[in-house]
Amino acid sequence: MSVSLATGLYGISFGALSITAGLDVWQTMALSALMFTGGSQFAFIGVIGAGGTPISAVLTSGLLGIRNGLYGVQLGPLLDLHGWRRVAAAHITIDESTAVSTAQTTQPLRRMGFWWTGVGVFVAWNCFTFVGALVGNALGDPRAWGLDAAAAAAFLGLLWPRLASRTAQACAGVAVVIACVLVPFAPVGVPVLSAGAAAILVGAWDARRTPSADAEVPRHE
Amino acid sequence: MSDTTLWLTIAAAVAVIVATKLAGHLIPPSWVSSPKITPIVSLVSVALLAGLVAQQTLDGGHHLVLDARVAALAVAAIALWRKAPFIVVIILAAATAALLRYLGWG
Repeated sequence: MSVSLATGLYGISFGALSITAGLDVWQTMALSALMFTGGSQFAFIGVIGAGGTPISAVLTSGLLGIRNGLYGVQLGPLLDLHGWRRVAAAHITIDESTAVSTAQTTQPLRRMGFWWTGVGVFVAWNCFTFVGALVGNALGDPRAWGLDAAAAAAFLGLLWPRLASRTAQACAGVAVVIACVLVPFAPVGVPVLSAGAAAILVGAWDARRTPSADAEVPRHE
Repeated sequence: MSDTTLWLTIAAAVAVIVATKLAGHLIPPSWVSSPKITPIVSLVSVALLAGLVAQQTLDGGHHLVLDARVAALAVAAIALWRKAPFIVVIILAAATAALLRYLGWG
């Protein structure tokens, strides 16, 4: 429950920032109900708010969402669900439900942890998104309230727990440099997508430095 | 961007994410069991989020600017380092930028 509540509170910032980025309340709610993965939603409104093209918005949010697919691969055999339950489970396969479920030791506990966390976060996320969207509508000039800075802080907040390893820190550093170099020249959206190439650069460098990638335990953020 | 274009963009982005989530549950685990994939995917998240932080903080419309957002981001970093909750981090950053602008900087 504490996980659900804490995550739901992000929803207020998402709702308000989405309105600031130029989406209306319905478009904001469509993202929270149907896309339902915070990182990709923040990325989507970030690119749209900066004036990026539809393609760059879809690519950035899609690339950030790949990890949800990998969570599904991991959860499939653990939960062993079929039919509509499997489809429903796929929709609520996110950071939090995966972390709670994989931390359990038996299948009944894994299923219970998964459903309670996933559904809890879904309900809280959507309710708080709605509240945030109404707040965003009421605020007026987003810059006067510092909401553009709040968006930057939101991305930093999503990034922070992923920076545990030296490799991740190096990757973030390279990504920032790439984005900064490209901002003056490239069309909006391209600097962020190009920053994604830092993962390939640093990943290749890291693989050569430590040949046995198996030694690294996958973490859940 | 027109309202219709925005709706279509939302539909496309949602379709990509829904397909990704479903694919994860439906494809055989052996297809993606390479231990090299997971670290790269988590690095992609790190790189994109870092790129988004940079753009959202420094982009002044085709040139880099240092304004109230940089100070706000520093405050956010300190709050995160002190393990403040997400919503507190956001509010502190917004308040910092709003105050600096009220005082006439950035």
